[in-house]
Amino acid sequence: MQRRTILAASTLLPVAAQAQGFTPQNPECIAGAAPGGGFDISCRLTARMLNQTGIVGSSIRTQNMPGGIGAVAINHINAQRRADPNVIVAVSTGSWVNMATGRFGRFGENDVRWIGAIGADYGVIAVKKDSRFQTLADLVNALKADSAGVPMGAGGAVGSQDWTKAALVARAAGVDPRRMRYVPFEGGGQALAALLGGHIQMAPADASEARGQFEAGEIRLLAVLAAERLPGALASVPTAREQGFQVEWPIVRGFYGPPQMPDTAYDFWVDALRRLTAHPDWPAQRSAQGLFEFNMVGAEFTELAKRRTAEFRQLARDVGLVSQ
Amino acid sequence: MMDTFAALGGGFAVALVPTNLALAFLGCVIGTAIGVLPGIGPLNAIALLLPFCLALRLPPESALILLAAVYYGSGYGGRITAILLNMPGEPSAVLTTLDGHPLARQGRGGAALAISGIGSFVGATLSVILMSFLSVPLARVAVAFSPADYVALIAFALSLLGAVGGASAPKAWAAGCLGILLALIGVDSGTGVERFTAGSLELLGGVDFTVLAVGLFAIGEILLLIETSLRTEAAKLGGGKRLSLREILFCLPAMLRATGIGFVIGVLPGAGASVASALSYTAEKRLHESKDTFGKGDLRGVAAPETADNAAQIGNLVPMLSLGIPGSGTTAVLLGALLMYNITPGPLLFTQRPDVAWGLIASMYIGNAMLLLLNLPLVGVFARLLSVPAWVLYPGVLALSFGGVYAVSNSAFDLLMAIGFGIMGWLFRKLDIPLVPIVLGFVLGRMLEDNLRRALALSDGSVMELAASPVSIVLWGMTVVAVLWPLRAKIWKN
Repeated sequence: MQRRTILAASTLLPVAAQAQGFTPQNPECIAGAAPGGGFDISCRLTARMLNQTGIVGSSIRTQNMPGGIGAVAINHINAQRRADPNVIVAVSTGSWVNMATGRFGRFGENDVRWIGAIGADYGVIAVKKDSRFQTLADLVNALKADSAGVPMGAGGAVGSQDWTKAALVARAAGVDPRRMRYVPFEGGGQALAALLGGHIQMAPADASEARGQFEAGEIRLLAVLAAERLPGALASVPTAREQGFQVEWPIVRGFYGPPQMPDTAYDFWVDALRRLTAHPDWPAQRSAQGLFEFNMVGAEFTELAKRRTAEFRQLARDVGLVSQ
Repeated sequence: MMDTFAALGGGFAVALVPTNLALAFLGCVIGTAIGVLPGIGPLNAIALLLPFCLALRLPPESALILLAAVYYGSGYGGRITAILLNMPGEPSAVLTTLDGHPLARQGRGGAALAISGIGSFVGATLSVILMSFLSVPLARVAVAFSPADYVALIAFALSLLGAVGGASAPKAWAAGCLGILLALIGVDSGTGVERFTAGSLELLGGVDFTVLAVGLFAIGEILLLIETSLRTEAAKLGGGKRLSLREILFCLPAMLRATGIGFVIGVLPGAGASVASALSYTAEKRLHESKDTFGKGDLRGVAAPETADNAAQIGNLVPMLSLGIPGSGTTAVLLGALLMYNITPGPLLFTQRPDVAWGLIASMYIGNAMLLLLNLPLVGVFARLLSVPAWVLYPGVLALSFGGVYAVSNSAFDLLMAIGFGIMGWLFRKLDIPLVPIVLGFVLGRMLEDNLRRALALSDGSVMELAASPVSIVLWGMTVVAVLWPLRAKIWKN
């Protein structure tokens, strides 16, 4: 059904955009999760916009391949489609965490070709409106005084990208992340419910999911984990950096290709994402998905992916999540 | 109160626009259909329909009316295969098989379908009324429910397992424990450690409900039919009495109780329709224990879980609309739909976009009436499914089931796993081991573990905290009574 709309859209806009000697045939975007999740939204948004803008002429099909938050997808690519020029796979900061902690089996950041990012969400540190913490420093001091004294929770297990946000704050406080009292919930929504219900005192959430509660005055945001303040409703929230803590947490969303994707195809997809993120129609569509601007493709994105994974691997080692 | 009426009136003005009426109807039809099909739940359907809404440039209230109709409409569909073929299409329809299928075997499949449709309507409509007037205070109470309270609630639900297993309580308990064990497969939610995956990547995400249910119920049933050369006592078409008004009134108290249980459980962001239908079924069974009619085709045994299921579905929308907190995966996707329209879900939704919030609520009154009108005349058509010769019907059901299993994660491994569970289901049927407790143990076990971990992490490992709040003390007390209840005769004797 999804496919038919895309076909209709692409016949309306038959703009020939393939010039670099590579034209994708039946291109496919793999979302390593069920419909409705972050990967799925990345694929469907990008596929729709690449077709609508005419950057990619033939319609891009989204295939859902759930399992291990992307583990099944990376294994599928490496086992069966190592040189396929027509497939891109959705990836996020969470995938880098998984690579670093060995949850993708033997495959890591060097087993794919990093194409580019389409946007990012940012981590926020949320507390209830009547919380005893007014600033990030209050929270950090409380953690310093009693590292298990602040019950906190988010939508992922220990070692997940949600947990890492809290761990980075703890580390900035000089506290061993293993000593935090961290409670995993099923999804960020349930963690916010626990925050409103007073069961946890702090939630390392994502900006997009916390915005509604923030605007209604139900929660206070101690910090956004971004390099600069976020635009729009969250502009009043200071960054962690402003408050003297070097913690940044963009949840980057982007794509990778198979490890032996030919250079012509790789260049085509890198260029396609570059042109998409520069297109005048793009910012509105991106914001509608709760994503902030984060444009980065090709070599720069590859460098980021490898650097981030290495950082997480170090963090995971430091806190004893992986032994080697 | 008057404000609510005025706001609701404004909502009806939105919902009664012809386009929105048509979309609500379309959503009801799609919802019923996907409820029937195994594997394709409302979550997938809504996620796939969402891009359509955007492509058609539907305004946000229209899109939400359509998507929500798919959501609550699915609560009407799951019972059809559960009653006629003993194959539940969704988790909350599992309980419906217990009395629904015996009714179908007595030739009263039509009556069972009709009472479940009426029950669904009663549960959903009363819940929409409660939601219209009590949404905000209820949601405030719901978030106060702590992980420890959830542990007590789920423990109470599990303590009723012995009541859903037919004749032998020990077998039911053993089956329930097996279900809990199956729920442990996959990545441990607390630490990320792999459990019982045998190094298999496919098992990292755990066993999916659809794979287990299709295997145990559909494939197991078909294997048994093959073995007996289709001579087993299958459901009969017609022959039984039609549903009378007297019977509907007879079921009404059960429906009202089930609405209460279902709605309250549904409003809690961490529980859900499966818990609600299990609790309301066992409540009815215990209330009318002396007659010993449950499990043998008691209409109330169909009415109660189906009413509770729909009441819980509507209840689930309460924290979503009034607090912006999704109570389930499906309501999370509905919230995502709001985001796509640049509407921030949260406590301000009712004041910032009353057209969307109240339009949706009003459309649910209309949608549920449509579903009743859609479902009752079709009862005969659905029941006629049984007139299809077995050699056509069962391969068809099998093909659909495999399609549903494959759709879960596009994985051939899941198909093999479903066949494995099918063989297990066939053997268990021969050994008279009940299947419903396995599935309930599976669904509840996962919830129990997650909440127990949360509660213990919050209490720093102190078990006493699990029974610290008034709610949890009451629930634990009820759990103890429920476990000891069947033994009361023996205890009195000594």
